Amino acid sequence: MSTQTSSAAAMSAPSFLRRHGLWFFMLALMLVLPWVFYDHEKGRHSGFAITLLSEMALMSIFALSYNMLMGQAGLLSFGHAVLFGVGAYFVAHTLNFIRASGLPIPVELMPLVGGIGGLVCGVLTGYVATKQRATAFAMITMGIGELLTAAALMFMTFFGGEGGITTDRVVDTSIFGIPYTRPIQVYYLIVAWAMIAALLMFLQTQTPLGRMANASRDNYERTQFVGYDPKVIRYWQFILAGFFAGIAGGMYCLVYEIVTFDTLAAVKSANALLATYIGGAVGFFGPIMGAVLVVGMQSGVSLHTSAWLLYLGVVFIAMVIYAPGGLLGLFANHIPIARMGRLGELVVPYARILVPGLMMTLGFVLFVELTTHQTINAAQGKKFSLLGFAPDPGGTMVWLSAIVAMIGGALWVRHEGRFFMAKWNALIEDAKARGIVA
Amino acid sequence: MEVFVVSLLNGLVYGMLLFMLASGLTLIFSMMGVLNFAHASAYMIGAYFAYTLSLYVGFWVALIVAPILCGLLGAAIEMWGLRRVHKNGHIAELLFTFGLALIIEKVVQMTWGLIAVPYRIPSGLDFPLFDLWGTQFPAYRAFMLLISALMFLSIWLGLTRTRIGLVIQAALTHPDMAGALGHNVPRVFTMVFAAGTALAGLAGVIGGNYRVTEPGMAFSMGPIVFVVVVFGGLGSLTGCFIASILMGLIQTFAVVLDYSLADLLEVFGFVVTKATPGSEFLMVTLPRIAALLPFILLVLILVLRPRGLLGTRDT
Repeated sequence: MSTQTSSAAAMSAPSFLRRHGLWFFMLALMLVLPWVFYDHEKGRHSGFAITLLSEMALMSIFALSYNMLMGQAGLLSFGHAVLFGVGAYFVAHTLNFIRASGLPIPVELMPLVGGIGGLVCGVLTGYVATKQRATAFAMITMGIGELLTAAALMFMTFFGGEGGITTDRVVDTSIFGIPYTRPIQVYYLIVAWAMIAALLMFLQTQTPLGRMANASRDNYERTQFVGYDPKVIRYWQFILAGFFAGIAGGMYCLVYEIVTFDTLAAVKSANALLATYIGGAVGFFGPIMGAVLVVGMQSGVSLHTSAWLLYLGVVFIAMVIYAPGGLLGLFANHIPIARMGRLGELVVPYARILVPGLMMTLGFVLFVELTTHQTINAAQGKKFSLLGFAPDPGGTMVWLSAIVAMIGGALWVRHEGRFFMAKWNALIEDAKARGIVA
Repeated sequence: MEVFVVSLLNGLVYGMLLFMLASGLTLIFSMMGVLNFAHASAYMIGAYFAYTLSLYVGFWVALIVAPILCGLLGAAIEMWGLRRVHKNGHIAELLFTFGLALIIEKVVQMTWGLIAVPYRIPSGLDFPLFDLWGTQFPAYRAFMLLISALMFLSIWLGLTRTRIGLVIQAALTHPDMAGALGHNVPRVFTMVFAAGTALAGLAGVIGGNYRVTEPGMAFSMGPIVFVVVVFGGLGSLTGCFIASILMGLIQTFAVVLDYSLADLLEVFGFVVTKATPGSEFLMVTLPRIAALLPFILLVLILVLRPRGLLGTRDT
């Protein structure tokens, strides 16, 4: 991401493609993926895959909007789902209104309606929250989140209580004449809006506001000396983040056609936080990676195990301790070594750490699954199985091997980790000596 | 009158329970500069430990052993977890405790199951202590009051009257200077963290059977404790005490007073019906918003007075 806006020369086709290739790649991937999971026998799309992909797209936008606060402005929010949820409620009510009044508002504009809902909510809650920063900001957002979640259960007219608001996206007001009866149609609408929203958020990082948000994150006092009011910067940034979170909420409403208080609740906010941090708050594309991973675990892994949240928590903690830059940061760390052309030297250290790493992970997973089976699943009458094997969960050998693999693997990883770090540090030192890393 | 006195006593019991959790968190908060999300998890673990221990060795041993186990766990978390993360900054520390809270909840679910465990009040304390206009006051609540009062006294004396207490106070406000004077500041931090966790564990031991011991108890208690700590102010044990009692009383009384804004308007001769605009908002009764009150207070205090009631510096 260079700060310079590209001049006409840079706009020539090859360099334009190279610079923005990732965007085209993402778009192509999103357009093609539904057909990868196409069910040729039944001649229709896999409903599960479409819902999963839609969820990934809308969670990516939600996580990106979260990163406008966390990554860009250094504001840790624990109530971001409020903006998402209010956007979703706005869309649900608008759709119901269209159905009741027959007003020809196109369905295609629904995410924008959600965005406006999020924006309004951002203007109101942001006014209170952005008066403070750091821990106080985190606490205020948490308070607002809890407040609105509780209020959603209390006020029936807007939030619909526990049952939420149900709606129907098939209102026949499409400008393109698409009925939106099939999930694939909604999916492509979501892809379009996700691309627009992501692009806008990316451009926002290049604006003076985006830059000043970075400045107030890195050096709060100096920003004031330069003549900016950090409170105003925070407020604007919060409102814009609310707008994009609302767009994601609007997409959510279109996919599921029901909005409940869960969309406002702390778990949803926590998901955005986890996705953003695991993906990496340091770069623009990190949250997208994180959202795909979190949704994948939520929908994919949760089919196989009830302990998926534990795995997610462990991954998260490991990230916080060992890779504060998230997945994106991990990749970025390799760039200087790749530039020296010595990435190959890391293959052996990686291979050496992979074996004990796998052993530790398998031991841990086996141990967790055995425990969950004993306490939760056995009572539900489920049979124990892992990766196709079905050992007797009562046997001593299974437990023993799980514990030995877990602890032995951990010690072995520690041993190999030292070897790895020695090699890594030597390479980084070398890169520093050549002036590739600052 | 009868309702008032009973609510007052219940409010005190709840407030003291909150204080037991919040006092440890206040010390840890002043020390780290970030809130410890896993603090309420220690409360939950304390309750579960006490439940398991009381099955084998009885409640009275559990009362001593469970908090010690929690304290050891806290020391381990501080030494091998938080200290490592510290170099990555405040946000990383906060997120570490956040992740820890998630993991602990899942681990508790895995170990003790998804539903509440039958952790009961010890039979030796399961009798009504006295009668108040026909309402009985259980002896166990008096016991809770006693334990928490003893704990308050010992913390207060320990922090202000002993040498180690003075070192802790110095290390909280001026860690570099305390270190320069030859005190092992990291060890002091570990001790404070362990002691805070042990206190939360103790709160779990005596609170778990008073309320209910289930995997969701940490996430329902955690935000309230945050409110107390922020409301009381950073680094102020007295502020924390006042805030705890206040919060306990507010929540207890809000449940008892069955009034709404509509009732208030009726006093002035304005009758609210279903047709009145905003009637849904006006007719919400106080008990229904009892759970909301702490968060309204939290937002208000952070906006108007970020240092809290008696705090010495901004949150």
